[in-house]
Amino acid sequence: MAEGKGVLIVGEMANGNLAAMTTELLGIGRKLADDLGEELSAVLMGGEVGGMAEEAIKFGADKVYVIESPLLKEYVTDSYVAAMAKLCEEIKPNILLMGQTSMGRDLAPRLAFRLGTGLTTDCLELSIDPDTKLMLQTKPVYGGNALSIVVCEVTRPQMATIRPKSMDPLERNDSRKGEIVAYDAGLDESAIRVKFIEKVEEEVVGVKLEDADVVVVGGRGMGGPEPFAQLEELAKLLGGAVGASRPPCDSGWVPTTWQVGLTGKMVTPTLYIGVALSGASQHLAGCSGSKTMVAINKDPEANIFKVCQFGIVGDFKKVLPPFIDKVKELKKG
Amino acid sequence: MNIIVCVKEIPDPETPASAFAIDEAAMRAIPAKDTPPVISPFDEQAVEAALRLKDSLGAKVTVLSMGASSAEKVLKHTLSMGADEAFLLSDSSFENSDSTSAAYTLAQAIKKVGEYDMIICGRQAGDFDSGQVGSGIAEMLGIPSVTVAKKIETLDGKAKVERVLPDGYEVVEVSLPALITVSNELGEPRYATLKGIMAAAKKTVPVWNAAEIGADVASIGTEGRKTKMLKLFIPVRESKCEFIEGENEEETAVKLAQKLREVKLI
Ligand SMILES: Cc1cc2nc3c(=O)[nH]c(=O)nc-3n(C[C@H](O)[C@H](O)[C@H](O)COP(=O)(O)OP(=O)(O)OC[C@H]3O[C@@H](n4cnc5c(N)ncnc54)[C@H](O)[C@@H]3O)c2cc1C
Repeated sequence: MAEGKGVLIVGEMANGNLAAMTTELLGIGRKLADDLGEELSAVLMGGEVGGMAEEAIKFGADKVYVIESPLLKEYVTDSYVAAMAKLCEEIKPNILLMGQTSMGRDLAPRLAFRLGTGLTTDCLELSIDPDTKLMLQTKPVYGGNALSIVVCEVTRPQMATIRPKSMDPLERNDSRKGEIVAYDAGLDESAIRVKFIEKVEEEVVGVKLEDADVVVVGGRGMGGPEPFAQLEELAKLLGGAVGASRPPCDSGWVPTTWQVGLTGKMVTPTLYIGVALSGASQHLAGCSGSKTMVAINKDPEANIFKVCQFGIVGDFKKVLPPFIDKVKELKKG
Repeated sequence: MNIIVCVKEIPDPETPASAFAIDEAAMRAIPAKDTPPVISPFDEQAVEAALRLKDSLGAKVTVLSMGASSAEKVLKHTLSMGADEAFLLSDSSFENSDSTSAAYTLAQAIKKVGEYDMIICGRQAGDFDSGQVGSGIAEMLGIPSVTVAKKIETLDGKAKVERVLPDGYEVVEVSLPALITVSNELGEPRYATLKGIMAAAKKTVPVWNAAEIGADVASIGTEGRKTKMLKLFIPVRESKCEFIEGENEEETAVKLAQKLREVKLI
């Protein structure tokens, strides 16, 4: 078996801070490292990210590698894979974790192949087998209809990406101490074959879907873009955000950034209201972590009723207007 | 321009949860009755992406699939959409591949096809949802990769690609040859025309086995796996939906709002 020691997580920044995903990675990474009696390290890559290293320590890291380079300013596959491959070949981690984020989805597979090791993407649970000391990786498959448990027996590192919001971060501890190492990845610009040109981001008005405490989601049964105005009204009343299952996005009724699910956004609001959507497993993958789920669907057999706590069987066109009126009244009173 | 597209035959991912079953011992899905397997939806979009390039600047589109003999149907479907040729990689020793052995097998077949400027795959297969094979093929062939594309344009030996991001997209430029994976934001795949179906019916789909693609037996199927599945199971879901009922929709709606107020959600 290949040698490997320590748990390494790949951090990400969001709005000049450590991304929530990264604190979740540090939380599970700490647990795995403690179970193995090994060290937990984090790596931060970017143009200028060193300021976040202390933060990573406060959330659980023993050691933080900081790799700064103008070539890492934007995420680009070639430069990030090269930097990570060099670091991994040098420190030989036993376990390497990333978020199932835009970056993790791209970086992890390519890096796994470069390192010649196995990777399990989109894990919901990770633990150490007490006998074999292998990392047990629980991953949903078939759109979420089934779960698989996977191990990487021979090669190192054992790699996994983790679904956002599936694991808890540690409480931030200001007295935690750790080591910060500036690491030179020795990047060679001529080996970078993908060039970043520009980012085009949609402006979000109101609460961000993935941060909202209330999420109102419309499905194919909405029938067109117009009825989404009712969902927006409802979301606004409840201080929440509007999302959609995939068909309304694919049909251009709503922006594609509204998609909730396996290949869209992960939401875990206190209240989820699903309107005129069937509750396909790939959709539920993005919202089944919601505290309370409510559904309005005209088909009593719809799968969404198997996972929600409150349901109305009926036509949304008739149910929504009196529902919105009553919510308005309750909000006032 | 030569484009190679890799596609996979999978159990219909739209199979309702109630009809979904697995064989825990064999660790695989039991195909639902009356729902035939399909081309993985993102792979169909990969074919569409290739055909759009073919429409705009002319290209030869070759489609590859590793799978059972039944996958010939999926390949015929891509021919009827407008692909030029297709090859099926089928051998009992390919069975039970993981992302590593699948990427190796496809990369070997791509080397056998020879000429290519671009390889296009779906962002992830709709059965195991791993999203690794595209990047793996690129790494094995030593070419750059760009994932989750929604638009591909080519110009002077380069491709300009729009990559989907959670709040929009980014534009990147990549030198060719390159591997690109596509997402549903690319748009609907075209339907096969009657003419396309007739042309596809006349074409044969050659089958390549392990020896024919020069595959190393230690790198394919079970032997080539880097990961091992210990268990496959359907999680138990507690279903305890409280259906709100009333004389009419108005009453039901009002009751729901009151209920949500009671449990302090409104
Ligand atoms: C690999 C893969 C990834 C995917 N990723 C995602 C993803 O990230 N997110 C996602 O959402 N999907 C995803 N999908 C698609 C998913 O499988 C389903 O096709 C999709 O979620 C179905 O959307 P829907 O429920 O809105 O539509 P349908 O399944 O068509 O359901 C529409 C529902 O509306 C109800 N209805 C119709 N009219 C009314 C009315 N007037 N009043 C009340 N109810 C009404 C119907 O009873 C029906 O239940 C993915 C699929 C694959 C294969």
